[in-house]
Parts: sequence; structure tokens; C-alpha cells
Amino acid sequence: MANYKPVVVQSFPKLGEKITQDTLYWKSYKTPVQIKEFGAVNKIDFSPIPPHNYAVTASSRIHIYGRYSLEPIKTFSRFKDAAYCATYRDDGKLLVAGSEEGVIRLFDIHGRAALRQYDAVHVVDFLTDKYRIVSGADDYTSKLWDIPSATEIVSYSEHMDYVRCGCTSKLNTDLFVTGSYDHTVKIFDVRTEKSVMTVEHGQPVESVLLFPSGGLLVSAGGRYVKVWDILKGGQLLVSLKNHHKTVTCLCLSSSGQRLLSGSLDRHVKVYSTASYKVVHSFDYAASILSLALAPEDETIVVGMTNGVLNVKNRKREESKERFPKKKRPGYRTFVKGRNYMPKQEDFFVSKPVRSHLRKYDRLLKSFQVTKALDVVLEARNRTPEITVAVMQELNRRGTLQNALAGRDETQLSVLLAFLIRYVVEPRFAPMLIKVAEMIIDIYLPVVGQSAVIDKQFLRLQEIIEKEIDYQAELLEVLGMMDTLFATMAKKKATSLEENKTNGILRILEKATSN
Amino acid sequence: MVAPQPLRVVRCGGSKLSGARAAFSADAKYLLCASGDYVKVYSTATEKCVHILQGHTNLVTGIQLNPQNHMQLYSCSLDGTIKLWDFTDGILIKVCKYFVLSQLFMDSRVVHYWFQLVSVKLPKTPDQEVEAKELSLILDDIGQWPKCTAFGREGEYVASVRGLHLLVYFFKKKKINRFSLSATSKKGANNYFTCVACHPKEDCIASGHKDGKIRLWRNFNHKREYTFSTLHWHHDVVMDLAFSVEGTSLLSGGVESVLVQWRDGSDYKKEFLPRLGSTIEHISASPDGTFYCTSHTENKIIIIHSSLSVSAVIQGLVKGSDVKTGLVVDPRTKALVLNGKPGHLQFYCLQTDKQLYNLDIVQQEYIHQIGLNQVDLVKAAFSAQGNWLATVEQREEKEVELELQMKLWNYDEQTQSFTLNTRINMPHEDHVTALCFRDTDELEDGTPTLVTAGNDGRFKVWVLVNDSDSEKPSMGWSCDFVGSYHNYPATNCCFSEDGSLLAVSFEETVTVWNSDTWDLICTFCHPPGRIQNLCFGRLSCSKYLLGTTDCGFLCCWNLLSCALEWSAQLNVMVLQPDPLSENIAAVSRLLEGSDLFVFKPNEPRPFCIQRNVCRERVQCAVFIPRDVPDSIGSEKHQWLSRSQLYFLTETQDLLTFSTKSAEERLTPSSRQLAVEESLPMTPFSLLLGKHRHQQQSKENADLDTAVVQSHLAQGSPAVKELLHTPAHVLPSASFLCSIFINSVLISKENKSAGEVVDVVEMDSEKAEDESDEDLELTEMEQDINPTEFLGEITEIKLSKSQEKQLRKIRRMDYSWVAAL
Repeated sequence: MANYKPVVVQSFPKLGEKITQDTLYWKSYKTPVQIKEFGAVNKIDFSPIPPHNYAVTASSRIHIYGRYSLEPIKTFSRFKDAAYCATYRDDGKLLVAGSEEGVIRLFDIHGRAALRQYDAVHVVDFLTDKYRIVSGADDYTSKLWDIPSATEIVSYSEHMDYVRCGCTSKLNTDLFVTGSYDHTVKIFDVRTEKSVMTVEHGQPVESVLLFPSGGLLVSAGGRYVKVWDILKGGQLLVSLKNHHKTVTCLCLSSSGQRLLSGSLDRHVKVYSTASYKVVHSFDYAASILSLALAPEDETIVVGMTNGVLNVKNRKREESKERFPKKKRPGYRTFVKGRNYMPKQEDFFVSKPVRSHLRKYDRLLKSFQVTKALDVVLEARNRTPEITVAVMQELNRRGTLQNALAGRDETQLSVLLAFLIRYVVEPRFAPMLIKVAEMIIDIYLPVVGQSAVIDKQFLRLQEIIEKEIDYQAELLEVLGMMDTLFATMAKKKATSLEENKTNGILRILEKATSN
Repeated sequence: MVAPQPLRVVRCGGSKLSGARAAFSADAKYLLCASGDYVKVYSTATEKCVHILQGHTNLVTGIQLNPQNHMQLYSCSLDGTIKLWDFTDGILIKVCKYFVLSQLFMDSRVVHYWFQLVSVKLPKTPDQEVEAKELSLILDDIGQWPKCTAFGREGEYVASVRGLHLLVYFFKKKKINRFSLSATSKKGANNYFTCVACHPKEDCIASGHKDGKIRLWRNFNHKREYTFSTLHWHHDVVMDLAFSVEGTSLLSGGVESVLVQWRDGSDYKKEFLPRLGSTIEHISASPDGTFYCTSHTENKIIIIHSSLSVSAVIQGLVKGSDVKTGLVVDPRTKALVLNGKPGHLQFYCLQTDKQLYNLDIVQQEYIHQIGLNQVDLVKAAFSAQGNWLATVEQREEKEVELELQMKLWNYDEQTQSFTLNTRINMPHEDHVTALCFRDTDELEDGTPTLVTAGNDGRFKVWVLVNDSDSEKPSMGWSCDFVGSYHNYPATNCCFSEDGSLLAVSFEETVTVWNSDTWDLICTFCHPPGRIQNLCFGRLSCSKYLLGTTDCGFLCCWNLLSCALEWSAQLNVMVLQPDPLSENIAAVSRLLEGSDLFVFKPNEPRPFCIQRNVCRERVQCAVFIPRDVPDSIGSEKHQWLSRSQLYFLTETQDLLTFSTKSAEERLTPSSRQLAVEESLPMTPFSLLLGKHRHQQQSKENADLDTAVVQSHLAQGSPAVKELLHTPAHVLPSASFLCSIFINSVLISKENKSAGEVVDVVEMDSEKAEDESDEDLELTEMEQDINPTEFLGEITEIKLSKSQEKQLRKIRRMDYSWVAAL
């Protein structure tokens, strides 16, 4: 006839964020390394060539860090005032930086002194042909400079406010984009006199980014991150409002599948570029000013307003290989014939799968209730769901009292330890309160005979009293919230809230009845 | 014009199979069991019902094979008759009229709860109906149940138990021995006897007790020096005991639903067959020792091979004590769905009167113990296309603690069954009173929606949401909206036909909600009654909402004008709309008897009234769409043409309406067919086959003989009848032999054989009048045929004159043949 049906272990929905492939990917970084800089870190740029050093612009210095170094490899400190926007050239040999004092300095990576100096800028970048530099400045202008001759080629003054960000196209040697505090982003072609396209962001633009394909433009300003389709003539594709303070920096993952944005609200959000939904988010200690990802997403570096540089390196994959899986001797016999593909004329004889019962199920099947309870209590409390499920099953069978009775000091102490640990957890509370009541009823005559047990009973009492106070406070808060909601217009009460309040109420009733 | 036939209430769903101990036929090919007023004959191999022996007019209380003839069966019934049947052909042989009979060989005076064991001497008369007058009292004051009485080895003694006493009556010595046990012992044993069985070969009586003990009594022909040994495994009442044919093992069963086999009466050698489903009520063993069978409370008989493996299950409609889910129709199979085994939903096909399958809802090990708080299945609902099933189960302990669980099941096309999709703990704080799906499966954009109403004063809307991430797609149900109305307990909910409106009743008030925005549109009430039933009109009447109140009003509100259209004073118990038409059936109850009214919501006058459909309260009703619309002649019963109304009464009887008369409904039994199939392969028939084969080979060789041969094959009905007649009605072989040889002898004179038959026939008719043989042989009155009478006559010594005459003829015949 029917087989034994194993105990149903209830699975509770996991609250909080769900574990997706993305969370796993973005969580696989080591604990961050914090490096203190002299001032707010306003730009971080990775060298495009290995070993992928990165240049950090903070205060009046530019530090170059190696991937795992905690100390700067090299420092450029020839600035009299704050330096801005130290950027590598495509070949990683030259570095350019703007400065508050109004000059652009061009450095050789290996040298120390500036190779060239130009006028006045806040943002600089190399054009893709390697011989020209683009700059944007607080005097509303953006200019193009020739490296060999150190002269200005062309100057645009179309922006009505500070130009604080810009970037160059990776595909076209003549195209670059600037964003300004006048709420616009302009695309320039150096072959023309005027900007070729203007998009209205709506807020002062803090950061712009071109996709590697050059078809999409991302601008950040205010609380918004907006994505524009350039090929459609600057049409707004999507507007993201996931930060609650100004977004300051943007960055693409190396695969181009994810977009990262850092904000003054101390969060870095990771978006999928397919759905433009937030798939992950990082928390930081202070407002974020700059953000960079190493190639292959090996390192994520975040610079903050308090001058702290936060470096996270990806966990090594070989850490798993350090402990190779123990090869089971019988493995071959397991897979033997498993991958045999049946031919057309073969008869398929299916062998009945022998169901494997857990130990507590085997004991419950033979009605050994005390032993079954002992087994689930022994399990080092790693799976309290199973323990509670077995208790529920025993209660259903009407034998819980028998299973709880007749225990010696050590056995009872294990049970009480379990109760102390989990009795206040909402998902287990209804069952465990019942168990606690039963234990008190059963062992009341022997209280006072063992110091260990008495101590545990006192601890249990203490925990429950604390919980009652806590629940009372929660009820007060709920009452306050109810009055607030009542004054508001009719709004949908979400089911989550509903359940929470119900759970709390029920526990409180139980607790007070004790 | 045909006069309109009256509408008849017809019982369906079969009766209880486990009312009496089932019996096996001698060769264990058939299982006979009493079922309501019938005795059913099942094939043990195919689990199919072969015959239904109809004839008793009241509950059949016991059946027993005729010990003298294994093809015959005695049955007794509360109608006061004992009937003798030939069960292989399904023919009634003899009726013995008698006053009140509750048990085979047992008389009951139910009024006084006083039972006596009497022996009935069955008079040997040829009439089909005889009256038994010779009664002799054997034992007084015995247990009511047949399992409290058992016959000992070769019928030498009879043992009976009642209360704390075991009585043994020895037929030869005419002596009664009485053994008593003390009511309670120190260990708190409960020594009340529950059943008794006797060893077939030894002087040994096994008795079952209320505390689960089995006692084996020996040496009981002495009043003092008797002994008993105790076997104890059962923790609760031993419901029945049975010895195997040779008496080597004893079978016992009880509430635990475990069949225990005790070998050699030893406490150590026992084997178990656990988890048989529900309480074992009766156990019986087949005479050839290959099978056992157990009858269970859930209307089930399990046939078990003697190696303790289940061989077949005969399952009827499971009738629990309370059908909490009501009657539900599965839209996919059109099967009736209701509570089955504990924690299961049963799908019952009404057309074939067969259980389709059981769906395990609770999915927990069922502990068979009296007084345990089990999980009950209380609600079930299907979505319109049958893709989703919602069930609610509850377990109530001490009135305060309520465990509720709602489960949503998705129909899996591949496995053709329902798979669990979502489980919701505590969907409401209190009992769930109603649940219904929105029928939006026709709309493409409609997400499946479920509404539950609870006693906690809320109704909740659950929708199917897609909570899949990029890797694995998954669908689950979650709460979308919670509504309440002044915190009154919600009692009913239902959706309009197009799914745009939801009506929820809160005590006295019906609220109507927009199902898109979940806004309250309007409220209706008909004070002071509380709303009991609620439904929307259908098709052309979809603008009406109907409700019934507990103070005896049926109200119809117009949803367009938001006003009461009409109301009628009617104490409606059940209100059920027909899904295929505008018709609505209401079953009302007055002081006694329930009445049925069928009406359309647009006119307050019912077009069909059926008074007094049953005496009991009707608990629930349902319309089940027919596969093929029935052609119903009368205008009045047109409402039954597209779907049929089934209803369940308080006493768990499933009833329906039929326009056909009783004779039409009786299905022609496949009597003749069964006979053909059940022809035994005897050495005799083999011999004949061989003989025929030889003849055929001869046929090819010799043309002359072939002519004779073919003639013989046609012209020997005697041979045919001989082979087709059951062996037990045939006369002795010595006599048959000569006839047989005569018939197969090659005779050139064609006339001779025919003449013989004619003569014999004439004689047999004469003989019939005079014969007064044993009752076994009177059976053939219905279907007279010459050879059978030949047999009858010949066996009997009393018809000597005829015999002589016959012999003369035979001799003459033989001499003719020899001469030729």
C-alpha cells in the first residue's frame, strides 16, 4: 500500500533580497581595503594595459596604485591647487590631469615632471587618435588641444555653465561629449564649428558615459541617471531614479552588461543594461564621488568625500581548488550505465527508486518518538526548521508529551538550550511556546535539583519577559501608525504589512497568556 | 402523446461495501460482498463487478457460501428473508421468508436490542418461496454483530461472545459452556470481547478484545480446566479475526489499519501489512488459501495475496462522516470531487460509478488512532478550466489554536495530475468560510484570481504572480488585496459570470466590489436575516444577484438599478446555479422533508417544483454538465437536459433526479456473456475438443462420414447443453456417459436422436410435477431446457417409474444404433 510519508518541513519565504546570479557575482569580492587620501577623491582611472595600475586624483596629488599595493607606487604632486581628472591614454603611457590652478598637465607615466602644460580645465580626456586632448573648464568652454605642439586647436563655448564632465568616443576619433551644470549634454564633432547634438538632462550633469558601441549615451545628474539613444537623434531611452541623492559617477562593467552608478547617498547601484533594473547595490560609509572598475571586474575602487579610497578585489577562484573534492571510491559504480542512451528497440524497465528516509523519519515510522526528538535536537541547531517540524508532527500524533518527558539533566539541557535560542523567533514561536509550557508542566516538581537546569529556566523566563516588553512597544508603534494611516487617504495595505502585524499580535497573545 | 413521466429521486454512488464480511468463491475467482440491498460479485483478478444480485428489499446483513454446493450463496437481509443464489449466473434460486432476520442463522429483535441465536431448518420444498417455521433457539443474549459468533470445527460447536462472556454451545452434547473475564485488571486492561473466530482443524477459539489483546482458548469443553494464551500487538480494539484455511495462521486487524498475521499462534512469529488506509472492519480468507480480503470503513475492500502483498483494491465512493468540501465538479473530467480518505480529495466518476483517483492534499502520515485531532480538508475549488485547484485544510485544537493551510495546485499536463504550487500558512486568522476563482480563463490578459472569505472579517484576493528570476521561471500566488466591511465576518463570496464583479456577504450585508480596482460599488441587505447563500445569475440573467437569508427569504437584487427585484419567503438551504443555463435550483426545508424549486432569476415564479425530494436535510448540491444533452420529452423537466443535479443529504446519501422509469434504468446484465467467459477448462471439454479435432481430420479423408459429422454437430443440442450446464446441476457421470456416447455415435438414422429427445422432454414435464428433490435442484424452474431435466430426473430415486421408462427407451435406442 501507500508508503510512509515523511515529515513535511515547512519552508519559510526568505525575506529581504533574493539571491540571484548578480548578487552572487557582485558579492564575490574580498573584504575591502581602505586607503586614506589627503582629500576627497574626485577621479579614479585604471590603466588600460596590464598590470592595470590606477590613478587616483585627490586634493592636489595624483597617486598611482598597483593592484594589490596599499602604498602608492608613484605620486605626481606638482600641483599648487586641487588636481582634477587624471586620465590614462589608451596605451597607458601618458597621463593627463587638470587642475584648479587652470592648467592641464601631461605626464609620462615613468617621468615625474609634466611634459606639457595647457590652460585652465576641470575635465580632460584623450581623443582616440592619441594626439589630441579634450578639456572642459569652469569658464563654460570646452577645448581641443594638440599634444605634440601643445596648442589649442578649437574651442567651443556653447555651454551656459560649468563643464564638469566629458568623455570621448572609442569608435570615432573626432567625437566627444561634455556635460555641464546648465543641464545639457552636448556632443561635438571636432570637424565642425558647433555641437552636433544637445540633450536636455534636466539637472546639472555630473557625469556622462558613452557605451562602447557609441550608440547609447548615459548621463547622470541630480537623482537621475538617463540613457539616451544617439542614433535616434538623442531620444530618451530610460530614466532611472534609484538614488535619493545626487548621482556623481558612472561606470560600465567590462562586459558592458552592467552599468554602475555611485551617488552621494553612499550607494553604488548596479543596473542591467538589458532591463535597466537594479540587480545589485553596494553600501559605503560615506558619499561617493568616484568609482572605477578594473578590466574583467577584478577590482572595484570607490573614492569618497571623506578622502577614503575603498578597494575591493575579487576572490580568487582557486580558493575552491585548494580543497579538492574527496573522490568517492564508489563513484564509478554510481555512474555505470547512467549515460547509456536507450536504442529504439530497447525495452525500458524502470527500477523503482528507493526513497531514502532521514533518520528522524525512520524513527518516527517505527513510533520511537523520544529518539526521533533526540536526533533532531542533536543536529547542532543548524536546521531549526526540521526540529520544529518534528515537534509539530509529534504534537499532531499526540505524543509530544511522551517525547518530552523522562529526560535526564543533559538531555533536558539540550532541549532548553534550543528553546532559549529560538523561542522568540516568529516562525517557530507558536510551536515552541507550546513546548515550553509542556516542559514547565512536566518538570515543575524537579525544579531546584539541578543548578544547570535552573539557570536555563531563569534564562528562558528572562528572554520571554524581554520579548513581551518588546511586543508591547511594537503594538504601541502600530497604534501610532494606524492613526497616521487613518488620517491619510485610503491606501492599499500591502499583504506583507498585514501578515507582520498579525504575526506580532499572535505572538503577543501567546506570550501574555504565559 | 406520451404522458410526462414523474421525476424520480434516484440514489447513486453505490452503497457501503464493508457492511458485512465478504466471501470468496471456492476457486477464489470471485469475491462476493453485500452492498446495500444487493450482493455484488467481483472478479478478484480484474476488480470488476461481474454481477449484481438484486432481490432483497432491505439491507443485506450477511452472506455465506453454501457448504454443500460451492456455486451457491446464502444471503440474509433485514427484510426478513434468506435467499439462495447461483452467483456465477446471477440467478435467484430460492427465497426463504422469515420474520426479522439480521444475520445468517441469527434472529434480531432490534427494538429490544436483544439478540438470539437460532437455528433455522430450511424446509426442503420445491417452491421458490418457502416459509421457515422450524426454529430452535441455541443461544440467548448474544452479540449483535455477526463477527461475535463463529462455528467451530466441522460445525461441532458454536462460539459467541458478548460483553465479558464467551459462550460455547456443543451441538452434540447440547451443552453450553460459559467463560467470563473480569472487567478490568490491575494494568487497566479492557477485557470486553469484540470478535471471535474458530480454528478450522483444532479445538481452538480466538477472541479479540477491546484493549487490543487476542486470546486463544483451548480445552474449552471443560468448564474449569480451560486454558488461554494471549497475543498482544494491537493498541486499540481488535475489529476482526480470521483463521487461514488450514488454521496455521491467524489474521487480525483493527483501527491501526495494519493486517497482522500470527503464525502458529505464537507471539513472536508475526508479520505485518501496514498502511492499508483505514480501519479494518472485516477479514476473510478464501477457501483455497490464496487470498485474504479486508473490508475497510472507507468503503473499500482490499484483496491480499497470502504472501501479504496487495493484489487488488475494490474502492467505492468514500463516504466520510461529514463532507466538508461540499460537492465540487472538476471541469476537466466532469467528475464529482469531495472529501475522500482523510486528507484526500476523491474524484468520482458518476457515469461509471467509479472512483477515478485520490489526490493527497495533506501529505502527512495518517496516524490511525481514535481521538486524535487530524488535519481536515475543509474547502476545495477549481478554476473554470480546471487548471488550478485551491484547497484549505485545518486542524483545530482546543478551540483556540487553529492551524490553517491553503494550498494551490496546478494541473500538470504531462503527469495528468495536480502538483502543488503554493502553500500559504494561515491565510486567515479564523476559519475560511468560502473561496472562489474568477472565471477569466477566456480572457487572455486575465491573471488567475482567487478570493477567500474568512470569519476574521476579511476577504483576501490572491493572484498568480511571476516571481521568476532570469534563470528559473516560477509562478506563485500572493495576496493582492485585503478587504473588510465594518469587521463583520465574511460568510460568502462569488464572482459574476464575466468576472467583473465580486460579491462578498458580511453577516447581513452583501457588498459588491469592482474586481479591477477592488473598490466597493454598492451594498445590499435584507434585514434582519444573515446571508447564507449567494450567487449571480447567468447568461441573460447576469444582472441579477441572488441571496438567501437565514430568516427564510430568497432575495433577488437587480444590479443595474441597485434595487430589490423580488423576494420570496422560502427557507432555502442550498442555492445552486446551473453553469450552462439561467436556471437556479434552490432546496428549501420546511418542518419535514426538503423541497426543490427550479427558477430563473428574471421571474419570481419557479417553473419546476418537486415536493419532498428527501426526508433529511440537504447538505449540498451541484449541477454536473452532461456529456451529451439528454432528450427529455416533458417540457417541465427540460432543465435537466443539459446538466444533472446531484445532492447530498445529511445522512451522506448521494441522490439525483431521473426522468426514466425504474425498469429503464436497470442495465441489462451481461449474464449470458459471463457464462461463456467463465466456462471452465475441464478435462471433459478437452476430451471433446480432441475428439472434434480428430473428427475434423477424418472429415478431410472421408467424405461420407463428413456428411454425418456435420449433421451430428448441428443435431446434438444435447451435447452442447451438457457442456454448457454448470457442473453442479448435472446428474452423475455414470448416467451422462451413456447419453453422451449415444449422441456421438454415428447413426445413419437421423430421426432416432430427435425422437429420443422428444420423448425425454415429455417425460420430464411429468416428472416435474411429482418431484420433490433437494432445493439445489429446484433452481432451474426459470430456464427450462430438456437436458437439465434429464439430469434432474435421473438422479432421483423417487421417480423410478420414469426412470424405468427412460431406460427402456434408451435400451431400445441403443439397440437401434447397434443394429445399424
